[in-house]
Amino acid sequence: MTAPHPPDPEPAVEPPVETAVEQAVEPETHDDGPPPAGPLANLGAGLVTLALGVGGVVVSLALGVGTPAQPGSGMWPLVVSVGLVVLSLAQLVVGRAGGDGERFTRHSWMPLVGLATLLGLVALLPVIGFEIPSLLLSLVWMRFLGGESWRTSVVCSLGAVVALYLVFVAALGTNVPHLF
Amino acid sequence: MDNLQNVMAGFEVVLEPTNLLYCLVGVLIGMLIGVLPGLGPAATIAILLPLTYGIEPVTAIIMLAGIFYGAQYGGTITSVLLRLPGEASSVVTVLDGHALARQGRAGTALGIAAIGSFVGGTVAIVGLTFLAPLVASFALDFGPPEYAALALLGILLVSTIASGARVKALVAAALGLLLATVGRDAFTGTERFTFGSLDLADGIDFVPVAMGLFGLGEILYNLEERHRAVHAPGKVTNVWPSRSDLRESSGAVTRGSVLGFFLGILPGGGATIASMAAYAAEKKRAKDPSRFGKGAIEGVAGPETANNAAATSSFIPLLTLGIPANATMALMFGALLIQGITPGPQLVDQHPELFWGVVNSMYVGNILLLIMSIPLVGVFVRILRVRAAILAPITALITMIGAYTINNSVFDVLLVVVFGAVGYLMKKFGFEPGPLVLAFVLGSLLEESVRRSLLLFGGDPSGFVTRPISAVLLALFVVVAVWPLVQSARRRRPAQAPAPDREEASV
Repeated sequence: MTAPHPPDPEPAVEPPVETAVEQAVEPETHDDGPPPAGPLANLGAGLVTLALGVGGVVVSLALGVGTPAQPGSGMWPLVVSVGLVVLSLAQLVVGRAGGDGERFTRHSWMPLVGLATLLGLVALLPVIGFEIPSLLLSLVWMRFLGGESWRTSVVCSLGAVVALYLVFVAALGTNVPHLF
Repeated sequence: MDNLQNVMAGFEVVLEPTNLLYCLVGVLIGMLIGVLPGLGPAATIAILLPLTYGIEPVTAIIMLAGIFYGAQYGGTITSVLLRLPGEASSVVTVLDGHALARQGRAGTALGIAAIGSFVGGTVAIVGLTFLAPLVASFALDFGPPEYAALALLGILLVSTIASGARVKALVAAALGLLLATVGRDAFTGTERFTFGSLDLADGIDFVPVAMGLFGLGEILYNLEERHRAVHAPGKVTNVWPSRSDLRESSGAVTRGSVLGFFLGILPGGGATIASMAAYAAEKKRAKDPSRFGKGAIEGVAGPETANNAAATSSFIPLLTLGIPANATMALMFGALLIQGITPGPQLVDQHPELFWGVVNSMYVGNILLLIMSIPLVGVFVRILRVRAAILAPITALITMIGAYTINNSVFDVLLVVVFGAVGYLMKKFGFEPGPLVLAFVLGSLLEESVRRSLLLFGGDPSGFVTRPISAVLLALFVVVAVWPLVQSARRRRPAQAPAPDREEASV
């Protein structure tokens, strides 16, 4: 994207803004960040979106397409799904060398654990209220995902849950399921 | 003159004590969440959306305006102090802002940014006050075909200007459109893509999708990235810029306001382009360009003014056409819909009190931001000192409980988690969530418009190109779609030797 500079007294000295921006943000985004995802990631992602598109086509056809004058409820989803299929195929080709996004790292288990605790919260919320699951989630995130000491984790988690209780139950009076 | 009266009436509404209080709270909380590293304005607004539930529409909107401005400024604080821009539009602020911070002048940078944001924002609101009714009156004749073309163009523009890979952004947009079809078909009542689920029969709510993709997705992503060292910010002193600082940056602020206003009206990342253009303009004008990147105050003033002016003027397409120009505006659009307000050309005429309430709340939000930001910078710096490991679960829990309170539904919370996972994966695989959310928001409008048009044309799709306005919009659509292909083809021809065959098949 480096456009040739217009007549400039010292064209070589002054890098375009985009380059300057990239350089400035580089340490944050690339320095010790994971490398971009490879061809396999692109293939996988492309196949997933392709499958979603194909699924959309199948369901739309079953819904009934109708005619342009009398569009059925499947016509618009069909158009969108076909678009998704075409774009996914294009992406499989265009991005076949990879280079976008980020590779999974040895730290990628962290979001997975985080996700599991969040799902646990969703499952327990209607059964025993938000306090205990929130406390557990917070402990796991602080102690095991965040590497805080046990003491800090316990104190901060307790404080956080009490604060949430005060805000959402005592002050705002929301209907979030709670034990106490 | 009629308008002037309405403007004044709008001010009366905004200046009611309750409304002022909510605006104040909005600015505060917006800044509070906005300074959390990694959470930009879109994420902040998404996380805080449930707060505006159950409040009267006008008050809720006023609070949203506060959240919007607070979140914007929160991103600036992290750019200057931590080199972590909250979103693309404050990326250039990092250059000189962080350099100033390293010289111990973080306070000056933040102060100038606040003043610049205020001036830029105010200029843009004044412009909006006069321009919006004009655009709206022009758009009043728009029928379904025009809306279909406009929505298509909006989605395409946002996907094309997205920072990541273009085709992936379009894939994300198509996914958003498909998601929008889930639920009962408004025309025939048939259930689509619900797979027998009662929870899905009414369609997927916009708020859990946004909260998941922008909010929780970002939080999950940061869990993985956190091990990268982020330096705790140093002490911030001298927030009040000196007179010479003000003199040096006044030109940059003026230019940034005008530039930002005009670039912001264009759909698709207006604020980002505006901040970059303002930075480039300042550097070009400077007597000694080498100061830039080493702590030139104009390098903060220009972009910060421009991005705020652009963020504000991007309300024009939203409020007058009902087409959000970027991801943050898509969130505002969703928030307004929840309040029972459908932004569009008829808003000025039919609900002047709401329209001017929204516009005038921006004046107030902007003023409150200026009043609050400078004295409170110290507080926010202290928040930034709290380790991310402790902040992350708290933010996640606020998101989860907030999601529950929208409809008192566990299913909504589950949706947030699912879309949080999707948001994380999209980020890992290089897909932008912005186009998906925008397309999702516009999906039902687009489908409805297309189907109405087809009925109108008696099933003949050529009607889209025989109506002048929709034809022009569709022509623009084609130009925007084809232009990058032409460009890359042109670029490849002279530089064929070094180009690997990878780009070859992209056409």
